[in-house]
Amino acid sequence: MTVNEQPAIRAKSLTKKFGDFEAVRGIDVEVRPGESFGFLGPNGAGKSSTMRMIAGVSPVTSGTLEIFGLNPATHGSEIRNRLGVVPQADNLDGELTLLDNLIVYGRYFDIPRAECVARAKELLDFVQLSERSSGRVESLSGGMKRRLTIARGLMNRPEMFLLDEPTTGLDPQARHILWDRLYRLKQQGVTLVLTTHYMDEAEQLCDRLVVMDAGRIVAEGSPRELITRYSTREVLELRFGAGSNAEHEGRLLGVGDRLEVLADRVLVYADDGESALHEVHTRGLQPESSLVRRSSLEDVFLRLTGRSLEE
Amino acid sequence: MSHDTLLWRVAPPILRSARRPQRVVERNAIVYRRTPMVLISGFFEPLFYLLSIRIGFGALVGDVDFAGRSIDYAEFVAPALMASSAMNGAVYDSTMNIFFKLRYSKTYDAMLASPLGAADVALGEIAWAMLRGFVYSISFLVCLAALGMAGSWWILASLPACLLIGLAFASVGMALTTYMRSWADFDWVPAITLPLFLFSATFYPLSSYGGLAWIVQLSPLYHGVALVRGASLGVASWGMFVHVGVLLALATVGLSVAARRVETLLLK
Amino acid sequence: MTTPASVRVLEMQMLLLKRIWKTNLTLSFLQPLLFFLGMGLGVGSLVDDRASSSEALGDISYATFLGPGLLATTAMLTAAGESLWPVLGGFKWDGSYEAMAATRLTAPQVVRGQFLWLAVRMGIAVGGVAVVLAVHPDTRSWGILPAVPAALLCGLVFTAWITAWAASREYDTSFSNVQRLVITPLFLFGGAFYPVDSLPDALRPVAWVTPLWHGVELCRGFVLHTLGMTEALGHVAVLAIWLIPGWIVCDRLFAKRLYR
Repeated sequence: MTVNEQPAIRAKSLTKKFGDFEAVRGIDVEVRPGESFGFLGPNGAGKSSTMRMIAGVSPVTSGTLEIFGLNPATHGSEIRNRLGVVPQADNLDGELTLLDNLIVYGRYFDIPRAECVARAKELLDFVQLSERSSGRVESLSGGMKRRLTIARGLMNRPEMFLLDEPTTGLDPQARHILWDRLYRLKQQGVTLVLTTHYMDEAEQLCDRLVVMDAGRIVAEGSPRELITRYSTREVLELRFGAGSNAEHEGRLLGVGDRLEVLADRVLVYADDGESALHEVHTRGLQPESSLVRRSSLEDVFLRLTGRSLEE
Repeated sequence: MSHDTLLWRVAPPILRSARRPQRVVERNAIVYRRTPMVLISGFFEPLFYLLSIRIGFGALVGDVDFAGRSIDYAEFVAPALMASSAMNGAVYDSTMNIFFKLRYSKTYDAMLASPLGAADVALGEIAWAMLRGFVYSISFLVCLAALGMAGSWWILASLPACLLIGLAFASVGMALTTYMRSWADFDWVPAITLPLFLFSATFYPLSSYGGLAWIVQLSPLYHGVALVRGASLGVASWGMFVHVGVLLALATVGLSVAARRVETLLLK
Repeated sequence: MTTPASVRVLEMQMLLLKRIWKTNLTLSFLQPLLFFLGMGLGVGSLVDDRASSSEALGDISYATFLGPGLLATTAMLTAAGESLWPVLGGFKWDGSYEAMAATRLTAPQVVRGQFLWLAVRMGIAVGGVAVVLAVHPDTRSWGILPAVPAALLCGLVFTAWITAWAASREYDTSFSNVQRLVITPLFLFGGAFYPVDSLPDALRPVAWVTPLWHGVELCRGFVLHTLGMTEALGHVAVLAIWLIPGWIVCDRLFAKRLYR
């Protein structure tokens, strides 16, 4: 590999409109090969539309987009040949067994049959579904389906792997299995591009990410950078009981660097959460509960948009 | 697909973007490997029809005049039934099945995420429908032979004719399916195929329609029936080229519309 | 007075009909009309010239022979079309039976509601045929009035057994075979298109047992006034013998599937 490679993705003023609705409003993104890159944002931020354009299954409205230096409008098929895709909604083939799902998909890429069979078995093993290889898709749990979709997306040994909300709707255990598999891919040098509205996921998997809101990029950097830039080291969460959180705002002014009043709690941003809590007690306030935690991307998002991510 | 043949050069641009529709056929073949019973039962249906023509209708009708000679009624109707079953098979395969894959199972979304494109989906599905139709046509011929109704070796010429019928109706069927909004819309399919089946000079010669014969000639199935009947009875005429032309034109329009619509529906 | 439970099931299904009635009504009239024109008059033009044929048909035109039989075949085809996928779908895909069972409806009530619904659907389709028969001078007769319920009775036999089949299945793989291997041969050999006397000796007794043949005979007999009281009662009895066990099987299967 040379240092001066083509970027895997290069987007300039990329825009997507559906009728009058502007889903993506002119974003600039550049992803380097081997990097793992995330689009973080709430539902409707324009992440999925962006991903579909990158995957070459949605025409660009305006701006430029290059994948591996190629234009998806003219070289869609060549681009898709080098991509692996895990869409948000599973589109596994319900009429085929697990093994056949992978083999048939591999054949779409013109991979010789024998090679497809070998690779399919290997990948079923990788996603821990070997025992079910002759079963039907409908018998799988949500997490298993997502793993199978990941295996399917890897059939063509993609240079870049696109995952749209890979762990949405999965239970914690299934998420951890998935993260582990994705982490291994990252170690193998596959470029990972994922969208998520989970900050822990972004922190776990992404070297670099952009925060999207209402079709625009509102911040960019590594998870750590974003946290240092837009938040404090620690956060103190205080709960004063239903409906009375806002009343306490005045008496908390000056504690920590910044306050954020939510419906169910007050967030106090401070580099030292314990001393902030001490200050709260000194002022004679008695929260029903208090918690000191490390700052996360959730706090970054709250800071940038004034809204919580998972609503 | 070879890119310098005449057929390729006259094909509409959208169809020329196809790369490997055979992979779509391969996928369907793997699915059907598991349900051979559907294909086997397809063998019995024409058998029933042929038997009822021979036992029942044949006895009532006797002989009919066709192309200047008097032929047995069963011999007259059998090729038309073969053409109709090619149409029905093609329509059956290219409507509900494709609607399900298009709107519910998202089979095509997965294909379009790979290097395959909309033209591969359209061409592949149509090729598959033709292939299945071909199997049905062969089993139809076997039935004919088994019942001693095969006549001469000319009957083999009806196979390519049936393939062409399959191509035309599968293409139009798929094109129309892309416009369907719900399962209820499919109730209209028999409203189209039944009159075609009954009024395409299937059960009685064109001359029986008198002054309405020109309406019958508007039916695409009429051209299919005429082709298969001519082929299996060994009656060749220049009119055959017209029949082939009509079916090819339908196929081209149907295929292009189908590919274009898959693109607008799924690549948005 | 409260509405009977099965009628409430019917009401739910009628909501569906409200959405699709235009298509349904048009098609219900169209299909038998086309068969009557295409086969009755069309093939009739070839048949009616031959002396030997009118003898086989009993000195009536082919259209007159065929028309009344279409009442019964239409009921059968409607039953087959509306009792395979929709019934399995009610259990598996849209869960509408579960929803009914979750209210206070019992399995037999759900079954009765389903049959009532099918009677409505068949009634619309058979009504279409009746109108066609009433318009054509050769088949216009008061006998159409009793022939319609006779056709419905015949259709109910198919409704019961096909519903039972669908309710006992986990997948729909066999459904097109039911259509192709059961319904199609009955349609073709059940005596609607030509007298069963033309069937080979070995097949004739088979036709005599099928519910469709009894339905066709009843309808034709009523419309053409060729049926004696005893004969009519005989046909009705055979249809009842077919219907009752099918109905019981449905009740059992629905109970097993809904309350397991």
